[in-house]
Amino acid sequence: MQLAKVIGDVVATQKDANLHGIRLMLLQPLGADLKATGRTLVAIDAIGAGVGETVFFVRGKEASFPFYPQEVPTDAGIVGIVDQVSHS
Amino acid sequence: MQLARVVGNVVSTQKHAKFEGAKLLLVQPIGLDDTPRGTTLLAVDSVGAGVHEKVLVVIEGRAAGEALGRTLAPVDAAIVGIVDRVDFVE
Repeated sequence: MQLAKVIGDVVATQKDANLHGIRLMLLQPLGADLKATGRTLVAIDAIGAGVGETVFFVRGKEASFPFYPQEVPTDAGIVGIVDQVSHS
Repeated sequence: MQLARVVGNVVSTQKHAKFEGAKLLLVQPIGLDDTPRGTTLLAVDSVGAGVHEKVLVVIEGRAAGEALGRTLAPVDAAIVGIVDRVDFVE
């Protein structure tokens, strides 16, 4: 998983049927210091995250597991909202 | 698997149910000379690792889910060992 900031969302009317009803959020990955690192990506939201929140997301097919048995065609999904990060 | 150093932890109240009770640690992948390689990851801990320890991390969904011992868990990285020593020939 990786830390990220939700920086926006994506609206798509015409999309795969298994993506219907699923929110697509725009993420900026963060390092342990909570500074932006790497390129932005679009992830499905399994948790109800909002723009501006710090979250963690999972990459790969496992991102679709919260919607099982629906086979959501995704490679990234938000699975938690971060309350606090302690970093040494 | 990848060698990594535990550099912190993350607290999350609102998370997917499969994460309940799981410890989430920030890990920095490292090379053989202990220098950081790539970006910091969040991994579930299945072996009781702590901050500053050198660990072995799987970065693959199926393996991470097995380490956590839960099916259909939306995880992609898990700590599966605490490294005592690495021996290698230059």
